[in-house]
Amino acid sequence: MRFLLTEDQRALRDGARELLARRFDRAALRAAVDRPGVLDRALWRELGAAGFFALRLPEADGGVGLGLPEAVLVFEEAGRRLLPGPLVATHLAAGHVPGAAEGETVVAAADGGGLVEWLAQADVVRGDVDGAVPLRSVDPLTPLHAVPARGTADPAAVLLTAAEQLGTATRACELAVQHARAREQFGRPIGAFQAVKHLCAELLVRVETARAAVYAAAVTADPADIAAARLLADDAAVRGARDCLQVHGGMGFTWEADVHLLLKRAWVRTRRAGGGTESEELLAADLLAGADR
Amino acid sequence: MDLSDSPEDAEFRARLREWLGKVLPTLPPKPSPDDWPGRRAYDLGWQRALHDAGYADVHWQAPPGVRLIFLEETEKAGAPYVGAGFVGLLHAGPTIAAEGTPEQRARWLPPILRGEEVWCQGFSEPDAGSDLAALRTRAWRDGDAYVVSGSKIWTSHAEVADWCELLVRTDPDAPKHRGISWLAMPMDAPGVTVRPLRTLAGSAEFAEVFLDEVRVPVGNRVGAENDGWRVTMVTLSFERGTAFVGEVVACRRVLGELAHRARRTGRWDDPVLRRRLGSLNAEFRALWRLTQWNVSAAEAAHGGVPGVGGSVFKLRYSQARQELYDAAAEVLGDAALDADRTWTADRLSSLSYTIAAGTSQIQRDIVAERILGLPKGR
Repeated sequence: MRFLLTEDQRALRDGARELLARRFDRAALRAAVDRPGVLDRALWRELGAAGFFALRLPEADGGVGLGLPEAVLVFEEAGRRLLPGPLVATHLAAGHVPGAAEGETVVAAADGGGLVEWLAQADVVRGDVDGAVPLRSVDPLTPLHAVPARGTADPAAVLLTAAEQLGTATRACELAVQHARAREQFGRPIGAFQAVKHLCAELLVRVETARAAVYAAAVTADPADIAAARLLADDAAVRGARDCLQVHGGMGFTWEADVHLLLKRAWVRTRRAGGGTESEELLAADLLAGADR
Repeated sequence: MDLSDSPEDAEFRARLREWLGKVLPTLPPKPSPDDWPGRRAYDLGWQRALHDAGYADVHWQAPPGVRLIFLEETEKAGAPYVGAGFVGLLHAGPTIAAEGTPEQRARWLPPILRGEEVWCQGFSEPDAGSDLAALRTRAWRDGDAYVVSGSKIWTSHAEVADWCELLVRTDPDAPKHRGISWLAMPMDAPGVTVRPLRTLAGSAEFAEVFLDEVRVPVGNRVGAENDGWRVTMVTLSFERGTAFVGEVVACRRVLGELAHRARRTGRWDDPVLRRRLGSLNAEFRALWRLTQWNVSAAEAAHGGVPGVGGSVFKLRYSQARQELYDAAAEVLGDAALDADRTWTADRLSSLSYTIAAGTSQIQRDIVAERILGLPKGR
């Protein structure tokens, strides 16, 4: 057992991190907020060229030939940057929908939940979206349609969503710590106060626990491991963003601070590919099924 | 990322499983929790069996990955945990192995490994619990001995211990983290008085230890004089690192039993309770993965001394364990208030986990300051 990132995995993660830092920096994020519902097609093609969508396609089919652990690392970075767009749906369509692997085709999907993301911008829609009604989405970076819920979610969609949540949780922790170090009150950085310090510590504890669960699920691809990863990652992202907002104080409640974007995206993802309730039921059933624990 | 056993690990696991299958049915029945001499004999007997089979030093000699397999397999098989051997095997032993002289290792390690001597931990004091460095027990040199006076508290296994890993202040004028030394004190030395303390669970799990001019040979000091804090940090990193591994496996077993019980009694039909158990399944799966992650990191960092990641684990685990037994109380209903039930005793004992080995508040300070780099302060 060597449950750590390999050299290649670290290089892949760092590469994805650099690409996104360059192509989707904070200015790009805020520009996207000001143009809600519009997907950056040029960026989408760049992601395609970098192998974002074809990562798990066999090399014989023009893909990169890597596995779930690598996909999880890349989606974690996307979540860390709050990269918008139907990333999971397009990634899962690679090899099935022409142009998806290259980022030429934007793919939306109904995947077992009652919401479809980016329906109006998609070139191809997978799944049954009859009766879709647009919502005014709480997340300015994720346009939503409501559809009658049907079907079950693809475990890979659940896992990649968990990876994005993990990235967002990590970002929330980073932002909180950065603010706690810089912001001074009563003549000292607020991070010197135990109450603030403990909020930050809990942020990290949730991130690290979720990380172990998400990475392990990527290795085993076991449905119960994936369900566990989802619950831990949802919790880390949603509570992490809330705690980050708390650390920011009044500033955190403004539109200008990025904290609300983290929280809103995290909320949207909790409803993607089924939901937490489904995962809890799966894990409950697993307790009765598993003889080997 | 790899979660599979290496060929050597798989062989170790298979051999251990086979041995456990043979030896466990021959064990005598467990003594009652209050029968301390009985518990000492039982726990030492188990350690002796491990020694004779070649597993005695797995806790501090084997690579962390092997240790993880050992803890996983022994717990799955329902083998006894270290019990009264806890301090010797998981604290004092590794510390002496890492910091002791050849003579000290030869004197103290073999009896620990053979299951002949029990150690207790003399760290905490009435005025120095989580603020461990505030300890006041004094030791001054008198010829070839230290003369020790003061008192210790929350000392588990003190009544049946042969030795105490004792922290004493050897330089009262030095800053509080310096001026501390680590001594091995014989518990039968004149001047040592042990007074058992009754816990909220009704049992005598730990004790106060009073020290009245106890003479401890200078040769019993591990590490340099006044360097005891650093030596202690070595011990504590073991305590917070992988000391709870077997218990995570145990909690996963308990959770499974709880689910089956809920189904037998009809409580399983309550979706709120059912989902709560499902979410605890997620929690303990994640904690097991976090353990594997920490162990892999320790192994990669060489030396095998767990890092501050142990504090992350301890925070989460101590909370989860309490939530597990709260959920158990939901499943049991009225029976959860019957003090004669094992579940009730376990629920009560889970309350110590967010306090022992550094409270959750102290662990959060450690995480915030040492991992996140937030400024010191209160």
